[in-house]
Amino acid sequence: MNKAIARTALRGLVWLIYAALAAGIVWGIAYLVRINGPVYFVQSVIDGLRLGFVYALIALGYTMVYGIVRLINFAHGDVFMVGAFTSFYAISRYGWGFVPAILLAMIVCTLLNVIIERIAYKPLRNAPRIAALITAIGVSFFLEYFTALRWVFSADYITYKRPFEVVVWNLKGVLITNITVIIVGVTIGLLVLLQFIINRTKIGKAMRATSDDKPASRLMGINVDGIISLTFAIGAALAGAGGVLYAIAFPQIWTFMGIMPGLKAFVAAVLGGIGNILGALVGSLLMGTVDVMVVSFVPNGSRLRDLFAFLILIIVFLVKPTGIFGETQIEKV
Amino acid sequence: MKRRFTIPTWIPTLVFAAAIYLAVRYATQTETITRYWYQVIQFAAITAISALGLNLIYGFNGQFSLGHVGFYAIGAYGSALITKDFGRNPWSGDRVGALSWIIAAQLGILLVLAAFRYLRIGRLRQRVRSTLASSLQPHECNVICLLLTLAITALILAAGYYATIGLHWVAYRLNTALYAALPQKLGVAVNFAVAILSGGTMAALVSYLVGLPLLRLGSDYFGIATLGFAIMMYTALQNSDLVIETMKGARGMVGIPPYTTWTWAFGALVVCAIIMRNLIRSSQGRAIISVREDEIAARAMGINVAQQKAMAFSFGGFFAGIAGALFAHLYGFLHPSSFNMIKGFDPLIIIVFGGLGSMTGTIVASIGFALLIEGLRVILPQGFEDWRFVIYPILLLLVMLLRQEGLLGTREWGWLRAPLPPDRDIPVPPRALAAQRAGGNNSEEA
Amino acid sequence: MTDLQPGASGVTAFLDIRDLTMQFGGLRAVSEFTMAVPEHGLYGLIGPNGAGKTTVFNMVTGLYQPTSGEIHFDGHIVNGLQPHEITHLGIARTFQNIRLFRNLTVLDNVRIAYHQHAGYALLEAVTRLGRFRRQERLLTEQAQDFLAVFGLHDRQLELAKNLPYGEQRRLEIARALAAQPRLLLLDEPAAGMNPNETETLMQLIRFVHDEFNLTILLIEHQMRVVMGICEWITVMDFGQVIARGTADDIQSNTQVIEAYLGKQFGKGLTSDAAAS
Repeated sequence: MNKAIARTALRGLVWLIYAALAAGIVWGIAYLVRINGPVYFVQSVIDGLRLGFVYALIALGYTMVYGIVRLINFAHGDVFMVGAFTSFYAISRYGWGFVPAILLAMIVCTLLNVIIERIAYKPLRNAPRIAALITAIGVSFFLEYFTALRWVFSADYITYKRPFEVVVWNLKGVLITNITVIIVGVTIGLLVLLQFIINRTKIGKAMRATSDDKPASRLMGINVDGIISLTFAIGAALAGAGGVLYAIAFPQIWTFMGIMPGLKAFVAAVLGGIGNILGALVGSLLMGTVDVMVVSFVPNGSRLRDLFAFLILIIVFLVKPTGIFGETQIEKV
Repeated sequence: MKRRFTIPTWIPTLVFAAAIYLAVRYATQTETITRYWYQVIQFAAITAISALGLNLIYGFNGQFSLGHVGFYAIGAYGSALITKDFGRNPWSGDRVGALSWIIAAQLGILLVLAAFRYLRIGRLRQRVRSTLASSLQPHECNVICLLLTLAITALILAAGYYATIGLHWVAYRLNTALYAALPQKLGVAVNFAVAILSGGTMAALVSYLVGLPLLRLGSDYFGIATLGFAIMMYTALQNSDLVIETMKGARGMVGIPPYTTWTWAFGALVVCAIIMRNLIRSSQGRAIISVREDEIAARAMGINVAQQKAMAFSFGGFFAGIAGALFAHLYGFLHPSSFNMIKGFDPLIIIVFGGLGSMTGTIVASIGFALLIEGLRVILPQGFEDWRFVIYPILLLLVMLLRQEGLLGTREWGWLRAPLPPDRDIPVPPRALAAQRAGGNNSEEA
Repeated sequence: MTDLQPGASGVTAFLDIRDLTMQFGGLRAVSEFTMAVPEHGLYGLIGPNGAGKTTVFNMVTGLYQPTSGEIHFDGHIVNGLQPHEITHLGIARTFQNIRLFRNLTVLDNVRIAYHQHAGYALLEAVTRLGRFRRQERLLTEQAQDFLAVFGLHDRQLELAKNLPYGEQRRLEIARALAAQPRLLLLDEPAAGMNPNETETLMQLIRFVHDEFNLTILLIEHQMRVVMGICEWITVMDFGQVIARGTADDIQSNTQVIEAYLGKQFGKGLTSDAAAS
């Protein structure tokens, strides 16, 4: 009898806590809405998602490369930077339009990443993983400091000239620009294409097989080295597109611009569960939203945004170490 | 198997160390080397201390940490806070204020940790589960656990907070009395020593606190989480003026007394190397290494893996903190950009270069690294300084491609090498001998 | 010798496993496994590949948390404890696929297992003062003595990975013994050994069983070993116990023969077929 009462009481307590949590979340959102009005809140969310879509383009490259060779490709953020600079030259020097510029950036990045893979990572395929990681750091430094030389891109901040006029639509106070539409459109388009390649084509099947078991794939007649190069190429093309979109959204570029977005995109990929494409998208959107919300609502937010971004990472790690969509692995003994 | 008499390994090592120490001293006193190079050499020794710490974490314990620079920063800024007021304004009333706060905060954290341990909070979940499992569902148990944990944590933290304030009161008075009693010159020296030590212990405490939850993560995930910690630390330092005005945030902290000399830096390196060598060549050290080799087997052999990881991580943090403290007092100026991510890769690169799991390699590589970075500045012709960080990654790539296991692998030199076991005749029990021979006899019969 | 039926009249055996179940997602690797081993017994656990034997070991040593069921060892409840705590209670094991500390010397492999008995504190180790010198010497000598039992003392300074396969197996047992267990779990100790090495190993297992007053539970595929040294054998298939008894009982048990060779062999075969 007593036990039954205790059980009911405890259960009631648990549900009370659940209710309190739910109420807390609702209240939190309501509070944020109230501070600066609903328009400001919605605007921040939209800006955050926009940033998140750009992160997603970078995160996909990280997650694919990690999924296939278990390498944190630190140079990926710098490939993204090269994409932004390529389009800058195409647009402001040669007056190219948006579409050719983004295509050029994707092609240049693809070539660059494949060359990097061939020179720096391929010889280390059978070395300890740390060797490849150090090499990746080296490549990252090289790209940053080499492009910072005076006769390459120079180390100054450069103002990026947009290839089209900014059009602003006002939806009851919420401002949506054609930049946002383009970013979301391009990202979703590339994502669908990527999903198609991975799930519906023979190459995609080979990629999945390689990521699962390299020796076995080789025995099945898959050109593993080719598939790995292809993965780097696809990742770089996406990063190149991301670089162009990022520069259009935040029109100021310099050769070290790739570090932070690169890291955050990587963290986003980890948040979503590394090796998982949907996870990379969700993680990126979360990361972008947190980034912008911190700037919008936290005092001194623009200075503290990185702190919050990585705080989220650590919290997610503590709750679910393999990320949101990651699978828990059973340790084989 | 009798061994011939050999010279104990510590003799050549001692001679070598003393020779280096005296050579640098002599060179500075006769001004053979410029003040600039004098600082570079000190910086090399400081880097070696920090890299030794990372080698303990990654090379010996196998935990891939990218956050080492965060602990280095804690040591630097923490110790700078202690000495800055002290050196600047010797006889004003508040010169031991920061010192007292830092000591009190550390003791407070220790008290809180002790309380957690004493109450066995880690076991709470299990205990709640076993008592409530019959009547509640697992997720409901989890919520109850969380609630209890939060409540207890809040209580302990509150108690710790008031304890810290009380401790500060005591420490403040004790410090004031102590430094009033010491002659000024000795007082400064003692203060610097205390600052270095505090830098180390602060970093060790923080690394213990950070490591406690994070060390459960797998290798790459742990690396990313620690990288996250380092970046958080960097961002925090850039905005440190929001909390503590003297740290000056992104403007850089100035006015730190430049106490660090070759003797301090070299002495600290020697002490740290001795501590680390003694640790590694003991049962505790073997336990640390066993975690790197095979975590599951280590567990099955009775090694408390979580504890070993936390210990290695704290020791590594301690070394980083000491290095940071010396660094802070080397130039007398601290800026967050000395602790950004790019600088954070330095110790990692050094230990991979020197050889993971080789103390000798780490020390050699640290010196080589400092000389290379600064040497390039001298060698490169005018107008080509920017090329420094273009050439450096190329060298990095070449070394990685040509020599993946690092300079020395896991080899050690002199006294740092593992001591041989005592020379003795090992008795074999007769029945065991018979058992060992049993197979051999069979084969003869067959 | 009788099979102590666990739970009967509340008496617990030295190692007493009751209704142990392990569920991996949809797969029930071990289901309601019950077994009792008396003190100083030398028991065997056999079964076809994938029967769940190693999973039982993993649960007893705390590497897996059982979904349900209880494990008692010498009056202590073992499940819920951390692996190292279980080792400290006196259970040590070897692994099916050798798990040595490959880059360490043979001697260090054994000395690591001594860590819990090292008998000096961290501060003493770092400063080399106090009990350090005496204890370290003692510890090293004991480790060498263990190596001598297994004929490995001449190789104490070699790296474990450079030992030949049979010696690696023996080193793993030596290392487990150095943890000073009262119950030793051997997971396929004779796997991959030739007949001579197997014979030596059997002698050694008998020797350590008597010499160190050990209780041994072993998993083995080579019937020669199991039938030759085990007093009592439990047979598993698909996560469940299908038979228990002495070597003779098992060899003539139809269910066991079916499990190993398939249904059509179940009837009319001699016990030799099952044993080979």
